[in-house]
Amino acid sequence: MGVGIRTENLRKVYDTPPPMAARAGGFGFSAQRGGKDKEKAKRKFEVVALDDVSFEIRPGEIFGLLGPNGAGKSTTIGILTTRTQPTAGRAFLGDIDIWREPVKAKLLIGVVPQRPNLDFALTAREILVFHGAYFGQSAKERECKADELLERFKLTDRATHMVRTFSGGMMQRLSIARAMMHDPEVLFLDEPSAGLDPQTRLLLWETIRDYNRVGKTIVLTTHYMDEADALCERLVIIDHGKIIAQGTPKELKQSIPGGYLLRLRFNRTPEELLSELRLLPGVTEVRSNDGTGTDVYAGSGGPLIGPIVNAAQAAGIEVLDVHISEPSLETLFLHHTGRSLRD
Amino acid sequence: MNWKTFYALLSRDGHVARRNLLPMLLQNLLQPLLFTFIFGRVMTTSGIMPASYKNMLLPGIMAISMVMSGVWAVAMPLISEFQFTREIEDRLLAPIEIGWLAVQKVVTGMIQALVAGLVVLPAAWLVMGAGVSPSLGHLLEMLLIALLVALFSAAGGLALGCSIGQTQVGLMFSLVLAPMMMFGCAYYPWQALDPFPVLKYAVLINPLVYASEGLRGALVPSVPHINTLLVIAVLAVIDFSLLYLGLRKFHSKALS
Repeated sequence: MGVGIRTENLRKVYDTPPPMAARAGGFGFSAQRGGKDKEKAKRKFEVVALDDVSFEIRPGEIFGLLGPNGAGKSTTIGILTTRTQPTAGRAFLGDIDIWREPVKAKLLIGVVPQRPNLDFALTAREILVFHGAYFGQSAKERECKADELLERFKLTDRATHMVRTFSGGMMQRLSIARAMMHDPEVLFLDEPSAGLDPQTRLLLWETIRDYNRVGKTIVLTTHYMDEADALCERLVIIDHGKIIAQGTPKELKQSIPGGYLLRLRFNRTPEELLSELRLLPGVTEVRSNDGTGTDVYAGSGGPLIGPIVNAAQAAGIEVLDVHISEPSLETLFLHHTGRSLRD
Repeated sequence: MNWKTFYALLSRDGHVARRNLLPMLLQNLLQPLLFTFIFGRVMTTSGIMPASYKNMLLPGIMAISMVMSGVWAVAMPLISEFQFTREIEDRLLAPIEIGWLAVQKVVTGMIQALVAGLVVLPAAWLVMGAGVSPSLGHLLEMLLIALLVALFSAAGGLALGCSIGQTQVGLMFSLVLAPMMMFGCAYYPWQALDPFPVLKYAVLINPLVYASEGLRGALVPSVPHINTLLVIAVLAVIDFSLLYLGLRKFHSKALS
């Protein structure tokens, strides 16, 4: 059941500008064309996108690649989906060496790209039906499957429309339907929830969980901590092309010292109270925000509430609000890189 | 090689081509047919051009129509599909080696070029009116040359489509296709360049010269033309070079 993935020391160096950049084609008149300049230009464009990346994805799990923009997530997905050739290292899909037998690998994977890349010359239904045909499905099989997916993704009434008229959310749904058309063993989703409204996002999560429930492996990239937290069984955190941490979301969060955040509100916050709070066991930092709100960073959450309330009462201060944040991946990222995820 | 996938990719292109059949035919054939009408009918009837010009023009018009259709049919979709939206991605993920996807594009272009040739030949004949007498005695020869011309236009379309971006399409037309048409011996036989010795040999790098002269030799053998065997040999070399170049470019464009 399910197919796993393994990468060994993946490295990717782009020696030309990344493919998406506006690149002058055969008729470019830029200075980069000259003999000597060419060498220089090449060196200038050398970008190490991935450096010695090894990880393992178990069959049937939801696995996340988490990191800020430009961390190397899409490059990793590109290599695993036969679209980006690694400079060094190997990647396996089950027993298949992806870069030795790309056709075999392609039969097992479905890919939902970061930006919808639907075939604009076709209607929604045709996109699914032709996709099925590329994967060798019989006419009857692909017609049935296409109708079923259109129904499931609420696209039936737009099935015969050209996709260029679709909204962003509809294109996204159709991209997912297309990736599921040939029932792949591994489903890759590159930033699936970027630009989706919260409700659609929850629907997407449900779709992903449903597909996982039938034993399929899911690999997704995201730069949303809460998404990785809610969805992934295990994840790697990538930054600047390197893996900086991997494990289950819980394990990762436990690796941060003093990861809990207690947000408190008192009717007044004299300095004496703050000093008192700093002395409580496990508290690493106390910050007072503009008098009313107080943030307490500590190694535990709930057990501290009693002592805090006692300290406040002893000083004659009323506790108005208490909120406990568990250790989050955001804090983890900050802890490992010294930068916030959104920097 | 996965034939089922290859056939599915081909039928996708066929489906899209059928949907755009009329605009496609107008785009590729209207201009050559207008040219045929003015030079093959108006100018000859009014006596500015000799009536024998009709016979010389017919194969040239066929060559231009085929080459333009083939280049356009492969290059234009590729240019837009490789752009920002990367529409081609779902086909690159189809279970087939990506080289075969490029070959499939070439086959699509060849079919469109052959259809264009097949349509334009009788159409031009009709437009020109009386006095055109193409010979059908060299039918096999003509079919072989038509195939080679179709392959060269589609493979050329592959190479062009993978080398330029959307913003350079106009430039492609004015820098590559327009000079190719003018210096392609389509509107005049190669022999007519005798008074321009440098030009006469310089145009030999233009593949359209062999297409025009080859079809001329097959359709109206009485008109002076380059030796047909030589034409076939050169076209074959051009075909394979362009195909090789196009496949390499496609590879580097498709993989990052």
